Amino acid sequence: MRNIHAIARREVRAYFQSPIAYIVLFLFVVASGFVFYYVEKFFATDRAELRGFFRHVPVIFLVLVPGLTMRLWSEEKKAGTLELLMTLPVRKHEYVLGKFAAAWFLVAVALLFTLPIPFTAGQFGSLDLGPVYGGYLAAFLLGGTFVALGIFMSSVTENQIVALLGAILLGLLLYLPGTETVTQFLPGSLVDIGRSIGLGSRFESIERGVIDFRDLLYYVSLIFLFLAANVAVLTGRRWNG
Amino acid sequence: MIKVEGLVKRYREAEALKGISFEVERGEIIGLVGPNGAGKTTTMKILTGYMMPTEGSATVAGKDVIRKPLHAQRHLGYLPETVPVYSDMLVQDYLRYIAALRGVSPFKMRSRISEVVRLCHIEDRLAWQIGHLSKGYRQRVGIAQAIIHDPDVVILDEPTSGLDPNQIFHIRALIQHLGEQKTVIVSTHILSEVEASCSRAIILIDGKIRADRDLEDLRGRNEAIVALENAPPDAADALRQAEGVESIVPEPSDNGVSMFRASGQGALTTSLYRVVKARDFSLVELRRGERRLEDVFRELTSRTDEDELASSAASEGGSVS
Repeated sequence: MRNIHAIARREVRAYFQSPIAYIVLFLFVVASGFVFYYVEKFFATDRAELRGFFRHVPVIFLVLVPGLTMRLWSEEKKAGTLELLMTLPVRKHEYVLGKFAAAWFLVAVALLFTLPIPFTAGQFGSLDLGPVYGGYLAAFLLGGTFVALGIFMSSVTENQIVALLGAILLGLLLYLPGTETVTQFLPGSLVDIGRSIGLGSRFESIERGVIDFRDLLYYVSLIFLFLAANVAVLTGRRWNG
Repeated sequence: MIKVEGLVKRYREAEALKGISFEVERGEIIGLVGPNGAGKTTTMKILTGYMMPTEGSATVAGKDVIRKPLHAQRHLGYLPETVPVYSDMLVQDYLRYIAALRGVSPFKMRSRISEVVRLCHIEDRLAWQIGHLSKGYRQRVGIAQAIIHDPDVVILDEPTSGLDPNQIFHIRALIQHLGEQKTVIVSTHILSEVEASCSRAIILIDGKIRADRDLEDLRGRNEAIVALENAPPDAADALRQAEGVESIVPEPSDNGVSMFRASGQGALTTSLYRVVKARDFSLVELRRGERRLEDVFRELTSRTDEDELASSAASEGGSVS
């Protein structure tokens, strides 16, 4: 636990010592404000709900979270610090969890910065808090999934751009199956399968305020899967040299 | 302190280690010497648990590095070839971070950091960003992190490469100081390096140990140079018969003068002179040569070439004189 904490602390510091954290946080706030107030025309529809905001969160995360995670392993490889880390008396999963926690913490900070959105919405009538809590919980878990996926992609390359684009591509492949754009072309029997594996469709039900245990489990198991794959990549390096 | 047995490492492209074994006691400073690509770095990567060998075993401080790397790694400090630093971190933050991961307790943190900072002479750079440090300082920060947990074994991969003579002098002094209490392994391809700071040299060539000797032993051997005019083809063989001579290596020469470098034990010049006199060779020069590690190294490297030449010639059916 002490190691995980030390690693997460260093990563969070590193984020704020470089411009990445500020750029990603800024872009996230601007993008969410833009979709909420402009694309979804919040002031014109005059409804006290946040559906319009949460609907776009997956796409915003899909692009921005890899920007946070791309450096996590690639940079260590390039700087040669990975070789040191792998010879310290620290378990591989401690590194993975530490880095995961740091990037997930940044996602949480980004979500905190969107709190003005529910506050403005609340000014226009009584806001149903269920969907708001549900939406934030879903967004947090979805963010965690993208973080786990992004760190994994970063562990397989020393090139940050490859890590970034790879994470966006993989995220897109997981996101698309459940979206209407794709399901409308699918035969009926495949729609449910598409919905059940798609990152986006799970998200829709949670942000409606319906918190299904299976949906939470879905995100948690994806996170676990990618973190485990990440540990496997690090362990495999020892064999392949 | 360190025990290595039958290490073999095969990469997809080549065999980097072809079965090496050695043991190191506490307090020894080992120079791992060899040309680039001889397997020095691979050996170190296996010893530090970074890499799995294809075959063989290795223990550090009695702990199996291959099966239980974490246990062995607690007793190890390692400086890889590329200094593993985060350029945007401050020196003090970096040392504290690595110390925490190496298991230094919060109570000892302060005293350990001030100790290594003093040893490595980086007191005046603690608040600097690592990216702004000169190469010499950066190298010393690298060594500082390797000894911050007061390990039994310190492994340094080319700690002086790319430094200026002054910085090299400081690092050598530091290595010697470390060797007073710890076991140190230093790799280098510069032999004067080993002569200056090590107590024992392991010479690795082409994935095999070609020599593993105490330096006193290596230096204790004698050397002599013989130059002959119009030497008959069997001159080298004749000189090899001289008392105390262990090897004769022909040196480049010209104008019909052949030079031979003899090495062995005892009064070489006297016994060589007897042979010259008995065979009535026309002697141009006979003197004692100072045997340096550099020569041992060249001898060993060139012998590999000769062996290869001999074997390839033999396989072609030719004869080698």
